Amino acid sequence: MYSYDDYDYALVRERVEQFRDQVARRLSDELAEEEFLPLRLQNGLYMQKHAYMLRVAIPYGVLSSNQLRTLAHIARTYDKGYGHFTTRQNIQFNWIQLEQTPDILDCLAAAQMHAIQTSGNCVRNVTTEAFAGVAADEIIDPRPLAELLRQWSTINPEFLFLPRKFKIAISSAEQDRAAIKVHDIGLHVYRANNGEMLLRVYVGGGLGRTPIIGLTIKDDLPWRHLLSYVEAILRVYNRHGRRDNKYKARIKILVKALGIAAFAEEVQREWQAINAGPAEITDQEYQRIAAAFVAPAYEFLPAQNFDYNTQLFKHAEFSRWVARSVIAHKVTGYAAVVISTKPGISAPPGDVTAEQMEVIALLAEQFGFGEVRVAHEQNLVLPDVRKADLFALWQALDLIGMATPNAGLLTDIIACPGGDYCSLANAKSIPIAQAIQQRFEDLDYLHDAGELSVNISGCMNACGHHHIGNIGILGVDKNGSEFYQVTLGGAQGNESRLGKVIGPAFSAAEMPDVIEKIIATYKDYREVDEPFIDVVQRIGIDPFKESLYQNSASRQQPPAEVLP
Amino acid sequence: MNNVIALAQGDAHIVEQDPWVFINSETELVEFSAHQKLILPFSLWQKCQPDAVLRGEQQSTQGFWLAPDEEEEPVKQWLAVVPLIALQFPSFRDGRAYTQAYVLRTRLCWAGELRAVGDVLRDQLSHMRQCGFTSFAIRTDKSVTDALKGLSGISVLYGRSVIQPLPLFRRR
Repeated sequence: MYSYDDYDYALVRERVEQFRDQVARRLSDELAEEEFLPLRLQNGLYMQKHAYMLRVAIPYGVLSSNQLRTLAHIARTYDKGYGHFTTRQNIQFNWIQLEQTPDILDCLAAAQMHAIQTSGNCVRNVTTEAFAGVAADEIIDPRPLAELLRQWSTINPEFLFLPRKFKIAISSAEQDRAAIKVHDIGLHVYRANNGEMLLRVYVGGGLGRTPIIGLTIKDDLPWRHLLSYVEAILRVYNRHGRRDNKYKARIKILVKALGIAAFAEEVQREWQAINAGPAEITDQEYQRIAAAFVAPAYEFLPAQNFDYNTQLFKHAEFSRWVARSVIAHKVTGYAAVVISTKPGISAPPGDVTAEQMEVIALLAEQFGFGEVRVAHEQNLVLPDVRKADLFALWQALDLIGMATPNAGLLTDIIACPGGDYCSLANAKSIPIAQAIQQRFEDLDYLHDAGELSVNISGCMNACGHHHIGNIGILGVDKNGSEFYQVTLGGAQGNESRLGKVIGPAFSAAEMPDVIEKIIATYKDYREVDEPFIDVVQRIGIDPFKESLYQNSASRQQPPAEVLP
Repeated sequence: MNNVIALAQGDAHIVEQDPWVFINSETELVEFSAHQKLILPFSLWQKCQPDAVLRGEQQSTQGFWLAPDEEEEPVKQWLAVVPLIALQFPSFRDGRAYTQAYVLRTRLCWAGELRAVGDVLRDQLSHMRQCGFTSFAIRTDKSVTDALKGLSGISVLYGRSVIQPLPLFRRR
């Protein structure tokens, strides 16, 4: 993985000292809160309901075992013993004290990490998919370009006060697992017929209040021009993006207002002025960065392993876990493994304790090359496990309660921290997620319901990506009580789609029943192994609506304004 | 203007007696009509210049400022005769002037004094400097001596900027 050199270390260490000074000035009231706010945000520090929250960047979701140990140390020393992994491959600590933040950032710097630009109106942590470098369907490893972008966007002086936050995702597999079309810029890396590495650039995607699927702005950008092209987009956005209304300030609104053709023309004009300049990525630089991501020393293993096959045959539970958690690896005899952070009632989605982090760090060394990934679904991934080791890994994960065989199933719920922590939330997310997980604990039922994503956001800022969940749940406030609006048919990946609102919102208590009815309707209509999302596409939302709202005339009618 | 920091050969100093007067709008003009060194709104500057300046035959004694939503291209023909250009930060959270500065410096090749005015605060000075600003009218309720500390910023720049046109990967 990428390793800091003197420049990287100097940058993060100077940044820590700069922030230490800013915190001291804030504490002495030399800096007003209003002036301090963007400074702390650009260092990952939010103020939430009960305490500060620190969001630590995990660039493109890649962690070493030692970095994970550092996160465990921070969780134990400065927080309540756990951290929360997010949909943008970062980790959040929810109980942080302002005074201690510089010391935490110091700890991070020593482990080659930082919290720079994990918040604020600037370019955020660049994300990719959790299986980068190992996925069987990968075209090109996207991590070198992601690292180039990380460096380019870090403290880039022109673009630190954009109209609004700016998120970039990059992926390069047959299946998009990085949700690139719901980012401000989404990049798909592929090879032209002549072997040249090109990028398809999407712009103006995003969720939040105005969910929009990104549009193609350029089909065939040569990789050398990645930085200048992103710069051109940012410059046009910085200049013309709306600043009068924060809800209309994202680039998607600008793209929509101008139209993609006019926006693309504007970007093209800007790009032509800079594309022949020094921003062009050199072969030497690409090679330097790519060298950090060369494949580890894989063993030459047989495709079939007798012991593994026997274990699969003998242990139904193991076999069930394998069916959900093991992802095809590009190297024969290896697998990538999803570690579910969604055990149900015992922990909120994405939450991992310091002890669990330490065990996973060790397992990554024992059954891999000391590397852990964070998936956009808030799960963790061990990227390089020998198939022969899967049984031992499963047993070890089971001991720490992280062998739940539910990856990709109904209880693998994406959820934001919601009203329990977040001051923006209209409603709680975690109790809803856990009530649903509890209702569907039965593994036979769960596996029978098949591939199905349930995404929950506590407000329309959509941190839980509810629009692109097959079942999306949005917390809304109705005269001071919490209600939940349900959407159906959302999807991420190549066929990204926004879900449709099914009807009036439900109370928290109704939610497990609502999901159960939706699943029952799906089962009534499905043909053989037809997945949930395909059924919704085929029959539309009406049959679901009927089953949910029949005999419900006496239900409380929620207010019309919660419906978009 | 009071509370001004300026760069000279890259070194920052507090300007003891800054000669410039900042004019927000035409109504303020009357009060300062005797004063030579005014920074005028661009449209007003054009109106106030003698013909020789407008023909490019004589240097102007007055500078102009651009609002964040003004384009830089129209000022191109006066760059040879204007002594100072100021860019506005209506709020320190409004980053449009960084892009304006970049364009003025790199595309229009403006080499004279470029002044940051408005909500100009210590913790943004290093970014402004990177984008080509050479003087900084610090918000008057802030200490200009303290603000001086904000100019150095962080020594490593991964990408490039106006004052460091090569990205780090071409400087390694």
